[in-house]
Amino acid sequence: MHDKTLSELAAGLKQREFSSQELTRHFLDRIARHNETLNAFVTVTEEHAMAAAQAADARLSGGDGGPLTGIPLAQKDIFCTLGIKTSCGSKMLDNFPAPYDATVVAKLKDAGTVLLGKLNMDEFAMGSSNETSYYGTVKNPWRLDCVPGGSSGGSAAAVAAGLTPAATGTDTGGSIRQPAAFCGITGLKPTYGRVSRWGMIAFASSLDQGGPMARSAEDCALMLGAMAGFDEKDSTSVNQPVPDYTATLNQDLAGLKVGLPKEFFEGELDSGVAQALEQAIAEYKKMGVAFKEISLPNIGLSVPAYYVIAPSECSSNLARYDGVRYGYRCQDPKDLEDLYLRTRGEGFGAEVKRRILIGTYALSAGYYDAYYLKAQKIRRLIADDFKRALEEVDVLLGPTTPTPAFGIGEKTGDPIAMYLSDIFTIAVNLAGLPGMSLPVGFADGKPVGMQLIGNYFDEARLLNVAHRYQQATDWHRRLPEQFA
Amino acid sequence: MSLTADEVKNIAYLARIQIDASDSENYAKDLSSILDFVAQMNAVDTENVPPMAHPLDLPQRLRPDEVTEENQRELFQSIAPAVEAGLYLVPKVIE
Repeated sequence: MHDKTLSELAAGLKQREFSSQELTRHFLDRIARHNETLNAFVTVTEEHAMAAAQAADARLSGGDGGPLTGIPLAQKDIFCTLGIKTSCGSKMLDNFPAPYDATVVAKLKDAGTVLLGKLNMDEFAMGSSNETSYYGTVKNPWRLDCVPGGSSGGSAAAVAAGLTPAATGTDTGGSIRQPAAFCGITGLKPTYGRVSRWGMIAFASSLDQGGPMARSAEDCALMLGAMAGFDEKDSTSVNQPVPDYTATLNQDLAGLKVGLPKEFFEGELDSGVAQALEQAIAEYKKMGVAFKEISLPNIGLSVPAYYVIAPSECSSNLARYDGVRYGYRCQDPKDLEDLYLRTRGEGFGAEVKRRILIGTYALSAGYYDAYYLKAQKIRRLIADDFKRALEEVDVLLGPTTPTPAFGIGEKTGDPIAMYLSDIFTIAVNLAGLPGMSLPVGFADGKPVGMQLIGNYFDEARLLNVAHRYQQATDWHRRLPEQFA
Repeated sequence: MSLTADEVKNIAYLARIQIDASDSENYAKDLSSILDFVAQMNAVDTENVPPMAHPLDLPQRLRPDEVTEENQRELFQSIAPAVEAGLYLVPKVIE
């Protein structure tokens, strides 16, 4: 059952081929068998899951189930779950059972899904390899000596290995798309404001966006339909109707104009990645898609601008962890200052500290104009590049990452090298656009991801373009041999 | 742009993060290389570019100043490190 897509599982539930309880038990058994190898789950919520599955079965037998009723899935441990540990991959929140459900969690619960557990991630979503997690590195199911990507590495590995049919992720600079690429699954970062951020632990609030990670574009369409929508509790949530993303999946692509940003194909693009992309482009040409080279001249500045903006916002957001109201508190503080200093010194890991320090410096008196304001101006130039390009073409296409998954430990000694693994994804967050990654082949036995970037609120088009490719190919149906 | 271990100590104090003296050299090295890296931005003239504070350039939504939340003090304090009589406890601040 773990090789099936969400819509296949939903059909199986409707036709009583299996019950939600049987389905849930199947995935819980797989987690029990494989999680020790992969380290994808931080918490498994077996009792919750079986109770929710029983309730879903009752709804299904009453004939009032929706498209996701009875489907098991897992949440990235950045989403608050009522009464269930919500660690955000940090020692700081290792003892934090959230006192409420995030909007995304509540919506997926209302849709009748079954929560299998909480997924490992880089600490506070700061990382590109899942190596900054307090709970240890997640393994890539295709190559156990490689990283799964990050920060949603647990989500990507769990879906790729069939430990859950789908998962949530969050994406601040590529944290859905890069791990989706490294693990050979499909992931979508929606337009900023499309999915509520309420109860999603904040990293960089002008960039953070939650989205679905699953086997196929069709599955992402089903998930996004349940996750998206206006939320009064999120002041940046956008009040726009949510279309039925599944209704347009099969639209014909003949005449579609796709832009190839030349900056994505220059430089040190891995030859195996380039080859897989060429084949995908050839596949689209058969469908009547027209390609055009375009340019995003300021894209090279996206990683530098990001590493001012994201740390600045993080230094402000993470000021809340003070050891007073919840989370970690140091032992025997001698005074209030000692309480703050040691709680934060002991509770945060090295990468989180690096980013808080950079942000604190960039926002400090005398440096604000040179760093934060400068970066916000560069951000405008990058967003304008996309705006111009998307006036000429409908969608942009390129690699998700410059290389396939790198080795565990390969980049941990060099923060800049790690940051550059997100070079193709970061600009999309700065502009606030939707982007997705889908598998298009293998290089050196490791999955290759293709990135699609669309106009604001044009998720339906991205899903349509991805779905048509997946109708013509079967990369998204492959399972790593060890987990088949 | 190069930061010294002493400057790192000051920044860490502003952020209220204790850093071991043995680590401050490493942080100084890492932070300096990050600052050098982001200095690439200076090559671009942005004199007349308006800064972009919001990805969609939307204004902040306002709401009436009305109470919408219920009091959940007990639930919220049940996960606090130290509470007494409905108050959060911290080390003594005033002698």
